[in-house]
Amino acid sequence: TAGCPFHHRPSASRSRGRNYEAELQRCRPEVALVEFGDYHPLKPIMVTDTKTRHGARKGSTSSSSSSSSSVPPDPLSSMLDGTDPLSMFAAASASETPAISRSRKEKEEEAVGADFEPWSSKRGEILARFTTTEKLSINLFMGSDRGKAPSPGSSAVSEKVRTRLEELDDLEEGSQRELLNLSQQDYANRIEELNQSLKEAWASDQKVKALKIVIQCSKLLSDTSVIQFYPSKFVLITDILDTFGQLVYDRIWSMCSDPRPLPDSFTVDDVNDTAKETCLNWFFKIASIRELLPRLYVEAAILKCNRFLNKSGIQETLPRLTAMIKGIGDPLVAAYTRAYLCRVGVEVAPHLKDSLNQNFFDLLGTFRQIGGESVRKQLALQRVEAPEYLTLYSPAISWILQCIAYRAPEDYVNCAEIWVEFTCRHFTKREVNTILADIIKHMTPDRAFEDAYSQLQSVIRKILTYFHDFSVLFSMERFLPFLDMFQKDSVRVEVCRSIMEIFIKHQLDLTRDPVILNAMLHICKTMHDSVNALTLEDERRSLALLIIGFIRMVSFGRDFEQQLSFCVEARATFCNLEPVLVQLIHTVNQLAMETRRVMRGSHSRKTAAFVRACAAYSFITIPSLSSIFSRLSLYLLSGQVALANQCLSQADAFLKAAVSILPEVPRSISVEGKLRSSESFLLDFTNNFLAMLLVVPDHPEHGVLYLVRGLLNMVQDYTWEDNSDAKVRVYVSALPLLAAMGQETYVYSVPKVDSNETLYGGDPKFLSEINKLCETLIGQILDHLKVLGRDEGTRRQGALAFSLFGVLLAHGDLRNNKLSQLAVNLWNLSHKHGHCEPRVSVRTLEFVKHQAQQPDMSHLSDTVQRLTLQSRT
Amino acid sequence: MSVTLDIRLKRANKVYREGEAVAGVIVLACKEPLQHHGISLSMEGVVNLQLSSKSVGVFEAFYNSVKPIQLISSNIEVAKAGKIPGGKTEIPFEFPLHTKGNKVLYETYHGVFVNIQYSLRCDMRRSLLAKDLSRNCEFIVHCQPQKAKVAPTPVNFTITPDTLENTRERSLLPKFLIRGHLDATHCVISQPLTGEVVLENSDVPIKSIELQLVRVETCGCAEGYARDATEIQNIQIAEGDVCHGLSIPIYMVFPRLFTCPTLETTNFKVEFEVNVVIVLHDDHLITENFPLKLCRV
Repeated sequence: TAGCPFHHRPSASRSRGRNYEAELQRCRPEVALVEFGDYHPLKPIMVTDTKTRHGARKGSTSSSSSSSSSVPPDPLSSMLDGTDPLSMFAAASASETPAISRSRKEKEEEAVGADFEPWSSKRGEILARFTTTEKLSINLFMGSDRGKAPSPGSSAVSEKVRTRLEELDDLEEGSQRELLNLSQQDYANRIEELNQSLKEAWASDQKVKALKIVIQCSKLLSDTSVIQFYPSKFVLITDILDTFGQLVYDRIWSMCSDPRPLPDSFTVDDVNDTAKETCLNWFFKIASIRELLPRLYVEAAILKCNRFLNKSGIQETLPRLTAMIKGIGDPLVAAYTRAYLCRVGVEVAPHLKDSLNQNFFDLLGTFRQIGGESVRKQLALQRVEAPEYLTLYSPAISWILQCIAYRAPEDYVNCAEIWVEFTCRHFTKREVNTILADIIKHMTPDRAFEDAYSQLQSVIRKILTYFHDFSVLFSMERFLPFLDMFQKDSVRVEVCRSIMEIFIKHQLDLTRDPVILNAMLHICKTMHDSVNALTLEDERRSLALLIIGFIRMVSFGRDFEQQLSFCVEARATFCNLEPVLVQLIHTVNQLAMETRRVMRGSHSRKTAAFVRACAAYSFITIPSLSSIFSRLSLYLLSGQVALANQCLSQADAFLKAAVSILPEVPRSISVEGKLRSSESFLLDFTNNFLAMLLVVPDHPEHGVLYLVRGLLNMVQDYTWEDNSDAKVRVYVSALPLLAAMGQETYVYSVPKVDSNETLYGGDPKFLSEINKLCETLIGQILDHLKVLGRDEGTRRQGALAFSLFGVLLAHGDLRNNKLSQLAVNLWNLSHKHGHCEPRVSVRTLEFVKHQAQQPDMSHLSDTVQRLTLQSRT
Repeated sequence: MSVTLDIRLKRANKVYREGEAVAGVIVLACKEPLQHHGISLSMEGVVNLQLSSKSVGVFEAFYNSVKPIQLISSNIEVAKAGKIPGGKTEIPFEFPLHTKGNKVLYETYHGVFVNIQYSLRCDMRRSLLAKDLSRNCEFIVHCQPQKAKVAPTPVNFTITPDTLENTRERSLLPKFLIRGHLDATHCVISQPLTGEVVLENSDVPIKSIELQLVRVETCGCAEGYARDATEIQNIQIAEGDVCHGLSIPIYMVFPRLFTCPTLETTNFKVEFEVNVVIVLHDDHLITENFPLKLCRV
């Protein structure tokens, strides 16, 4: 008769699937099959007297009195007459028992997988955590509980009848046991004893007694005295309920094991009528339990038995029991009842999420009770502080949430997404961090995060809405690991970008907080590393802007060396984004200038070394830029900074480098996507450069005006556009510089740097060098004017002539007749073809007249006489 | 020499309706062959009426007139005097469940003052030296489904100090407002009584909300009658200081045997009521009564 525990398994091999037990079964003679109404020689002979006592009066069927043995038609005992299923179970061969229990275990594992942290692993933890040194008590009323709490129904029942019935109850089985002054260990032992008595009662066929034990134990859960022990009490007592649930289930299951055990996937149709009737009787019996809490717990304990009755039983029972919990007034008791219901629910039907969720929502719905008067009074009475009281809820809530979250990453993340906002709004980073850790824990297995990017992003957004203090934000240790879940490039960059935007918007103070810096570097690096050859220019620019925003917020205050090493690190990290490098160079230059300011212009040995290090940083960073004008302007700027910091050779190096790359400047460059001539940019640069050269002292090892000559040579060799006056314009611009260099006192200078004025001290050789250079330049310009005259370039000729006239007027010494004559000639040349703007001419003339009024300028009056206004007509 | 006699009904739940056949086997088990003087089987259905102690004095005059009402009775001979072999012997039987005349088979009901019971009794007569053996077995009769189908009509209720009757010191009562409804008071006996109750507010915490199922049994005849209400069961649906404004489900399964479709005959009546009982913290009771009409469909 034994079943094969493996018969439901599909055969994995190629060989024919064999069910040896079934085959053996078929080989046995027919007689061995036991038919309905079987007789078994081992079965004890039972004669149960069911003769109806006509005099019996029944007051109530409530749990307390219905079990009285004087009442034969008790629904529970009535099912025990005759065909006692337990005896049938006992009659089954002993050898099949281990097989049954083994297959039972397998089945349970199918219900919830190994990835579900089982209750058994929580038990010990709870027992160890919720302890007490106070004395506990156990109150068991094995019979009537009327003595303690008179039934309120008295108004409806005649007083006389009631009294008599109560007396009867008390007389026959009012065995009240009250155990006082128990230590925690005593308590656990007592409960374990009850667990044993339950098993013994069951084994000796005393089903009524077994049920009573379970009811009485469940009742203990409504007692919240010594409240700090309640979670542990829950653990101990639900063990008994589990035992009971398993006993009932096994018994009914065994009633169907004839002729062979039920398959694990049995349906209602496989269950025989006797088993169904027995099962139904249990449910009727439990439905009549008087008190709410035991009724709930005991029905929950045998929830699984619904499988014997109908397909939808579990599905219908769970919501009903869930709703019934609302009747429990004590919030802690209710929370644990929910935890128990979720526990049996998830074991029996893990797919039924609705009731799990409902339990959680109902829990939240009654949360306000925790601050209510009843709870406050209770806590005051027991001298328990509210924070400690709240921790009593954690095992229950954590269990409920674990059930809800089981194999439900999507549901889970949807909840978490909402929860995180609640947590952000009302709690601190610690709790938010806990939630982040939990989300990571849930979303990491099987890369569940891949399907939840939008929710995870929303989590980040919500956190950013509430946490603007980035030192707090980044001190959540799970924040960066959380970001690691965004493994799709586009999403990851988007997340980093949103963090950066908030940072730039809300980080108002400069920072050196290592937590912020590390985290931001990580985030910026993520953005930077996403850049590749296919990244659009716009995208690069916006990413670069965000990273720059971060770099600008970094300041180590007076710790300049730290700042420089930060820039070194940043350069290595962000080497692919040019605008960031440019920013870094500016930052370093600024650092050098800041050092100078702090030292009030006089560097110590140490700060001098430091500013040279800054210069070195710029010097080696600039060549990595691809934009030629960035390089040029940064060389110039860095040269200026170096000079300001008295780093003469560094300044020289920068300027030389700038000059040396001039030939590389392309004729046209791309500006905002359009190709444009680079000429005007180049002219701007050379003008700036020339202005700088005034204060750069000549290098002792090189010749006089080494840099000026160098620049002019490069300008001469540069392949300018055809038909362009640019080269000559540079020459024109160089003239004021040369004029300024010949002055005794320069128009501007760099503090603590000796310019050429001091170096040469007005040396005639130096002055004659300047003059020679001027003559050369003017010669070149005049040659060019001539060429323009030939080639229909009269308009350009006029403009150029006029600008040279302006330079001569401003910087030349017109007392010199030759020069004065040249000026007049240029004036005339510029007016020759009538391309001159008459108003400019008039204003110029007025200016010259005005100048002539000045002292020492009277010679200009002669010149003015010779300047005539011509009209084209 | 031991022998057992047993009656086994085919139906595990032992429930039959009028017109059906009550079928089963008589099981005899003995180790050795057994001599007997005949085995008979009888079926009986009886209504037993009882007067409550409080009524006896008043209605003593007609006490004797309240005698059992027989609903059905029949007898068959299962085996003539003879010998049954050792081992197990099963003798199948079948009783058609038919009434004589215009009698009705009321539904099985176990009450206090009214009891409606059906049973099978097997008797084995034996020689003078051995005791006669007898075995009784109750079976359950469900009445025919009632055709009239009633759409459930919810019954709303509101309880405040002002709605109470029988209150001596209304002014001393704490303020409270309890709202709720029963989904129906015309109930199908095989389905639970459902509804909800909401404690909207209350000055004092409540202790308990309970559903008290009450049977109202009336026995009588031309001379007079006795009417008694007794509790069948009391089911607590809320315990302690429940959250205000929360809908607490009303849910009660009608217990088998102790309830039956509401019954009204010339000699007796069986009716049911439910009380929604709110127990305040000082054990003050507030009761709202709802007469029920039970039916079987």
